[in-house]
Amino acid sequence: MSAAAGGSIAPDVQSGAEAIRAEKIVKRFGSITALNGVSIHVKRGEILGILGDNGAGKSTLIKILTGFHQPTSGRLFVHGNEVSLASVDHARSLGIECVYQDLALINTLSVYHNMFLNRELRRPPFGLLDHGEMRRRASEALDDIGVGVPNVEAEVARLSGGQRQAIAVARAVYSNARILLLDEPLAAMGAREAGLIIDLIERLRARGDIAIIMIAHNYAQTLDICDRVVLVQHGEITFESHSAETSVEELLEIVRREYRAARRA
Amino acid sequence: MAPPASVRRSGVRHALGGFLVWREASVILVAVLLVVYFELTNGNFLTGDNIVTVSQFVAAPAIIACGEIMLLICKEIDLSAGQTFALAPFLVYFGAKFGLPVIPAIVVALGICAAIGLAIGLITVLLGVPSFVTTLGTYFLITGVTLTISRGFPATPPGGSFLAGIMGAYGYSEIIWALVIVALMHIVLRHTRWGLHTSAVGGNEIAAAEAGINVRRIKVGNFIITAVLAGFTGIIEAYRVGSNDPLAGGSTIMFLGVASGVIGGTALTGGSGTIIGGLIGAIVLGVLQDGFTLQGINAFLFDGIIGAAILIAMIANIRLARWQRGVSR
Ligand SMILES: Nc1ncnc2c1ncn2[C@@H]1O[C@H](COP(=O)(O)OP(=O)(O)OP(=O)(O)O)[C@@H](O)[C@H]1O
Ligand SMILES: [Mg+2]
Repeated sequence: MSAAAGGSIAPDVQSGAEAIRAEKIVKRFGSITALNGVSIHVKRGEILGILGDNGAGKSTLIKILTGFHQPTSGRLFVHGNEVSLASVDHARSLGIECVYQDLALINTLSVYHNMFLNRELRRPPFGLLDHGEMRRRASEALDDIGVGVPNVEAEVARLSGGQRQAIAVARAVYSNARILLLDEPLAAMGAREAGLIIDLIERLRARGDIAIIMIAHNYAQTLDICDRVVLVQHGEITFESHSAETSVEELLEIVRREYRAARRA
Repeated sequence: MAPPASVRRSGVRHALGGFLVWREASVILVAVLLVVYFELTNGNFLTGDNIVTVSQFVAAPAIIACGEIMLLICKEIDLSAGQTFALAPFLVYFGAKFGLPVIPAIVVALGICAAIGLAIGLITVLLGVPSFVTTLGTYFLITGVTLTISRGFPATPPGGSFLAGIMGAYGYSEIIWALVIVALMHIVLRHTRWGLHTSAVGGNEIAAAEAGINVRRIKVGNFIITAVLAGFTGIIEAYRVGSNDPLAGGSTIMFLGVASGVIGGTALTGGSGTIIGGLIGAIVLGVLQDGFTLQGINAFLFDGIIGAAILIAMIANIRLARWQRGVSR
């Protein structure tokens, strides 16, 4: 967990190269088609926003990019190479990190154990857990973001919704992510904490070597933060635009048109 | 870089104020009070001979508890651990009878126990059968196997007196095995990735999977650990008694193990528990069993009293634990 924000840029990475591309992704759960031929791509130094109604398939798309779900069909490219992500560990080894919508926190474990879950620091000679170092680095990372978490040894169950979200974000960001996937990272946050996380996301973009995909429900905020946005409806991308070339009104109009059509049918 | 002040302070707080927030403190208190009570009422509780007896009551449930605690933490249970306990010494016996030296026979027997754990684990995670049901099945299945291969008769465990002594016949050897296993399993639970991932799986299975933890592997592994520990306990118990009993163990030893864990603070809802707590829980139960025996309680009443004592100890522990944590759930 080196401090990603503000760290130096690795020489082999240049801004603007394609980081991840998904082509014609289909995902079915039994009889439900959650995704029906979705294609997206993001470049390094770019933030892609994903908008869409509840149940549209946004989280499913993200979970395919993290290796949590395997697509029914479709192709994935990471840093230009075609891959088939076999597991979450495989995706992580390619620098893909995610803040899941449910935050993927373990309530019964401490803050620092959650931050290092499945990438624990260990000590020679027996490879036992290095609790002290994990505690120290976890509180450093949280201090760095500026979201107050009283004690990294506290059980996560005792924290507020916003604090829990901050921990999930800090865990993904401070893990050397190259491709950062954020599923509604601001959902439970107060204005100040959301501001801190937005600052953090903008610092990451400024570095130029990290590609970010962010799901959100607040259209104005999304257009403000993201370079491009896509709109997902019923498992398909129905609209795609640079943020500067669209507006909250246009997006709302598309969603309302859809809603009226569905009501008439 | 020097650790931030907050970390240093919390380290000191840990060392000093530890006992009050220590999860096991309330159970230790119960154990000490029971010892004092039995010593005051009987006067012969704290004698050398009786301490050996108590240690023998404690050892087997303490080792079984180590496995069951790992399973309870990741939201599983092995109801057939007591059956594996009864089967294992016969596996050693037949291994030796078929010409294996005793120690390889023990190793082979434990290997078969591991295979039993593997089978239970695979049925549970691959076919989605709750382990409560899987192990209810293996409970009867293993009993049938043990009764069939033993033809229902006891047998004498193989090997000379030196080996028998190390394995369990010498008064303190069983409790020494138990303490060594408890220490190892404590390290596994608290200081290895395996232990942390076991807690994570029990705390939130989906989140653990999202973090990339192989949930099935963790569960299957803990079924194997439990079966091997149960088999090993059965073997040392057979050497202590000097006889393999096809009807030994069973649900009694298994539930004593589970009860030790729960008295020691392991949550039946998964996610949390401690191995040391399980040892102390086993001590509480051992002291109760031995103490009531010394008082000459009617054998028919005995189980009833043990049952009531388990309930009281558990309720006391749960209340105290909540009070310590300041949680009013
Ligand atoms: N593991 C699963 N098994 C079966 N169906 C699923 C599974 N995961 C998602 N679905 C279904 O796929 C569809 C898309 O779900 P998804 O979670 O991707 O929506 P979403 O766009 O993230 O919605 P929200 O904005 O509410 O988070 C839904 O109909 C959902 O019920
Ligand atoms: Mg979602």
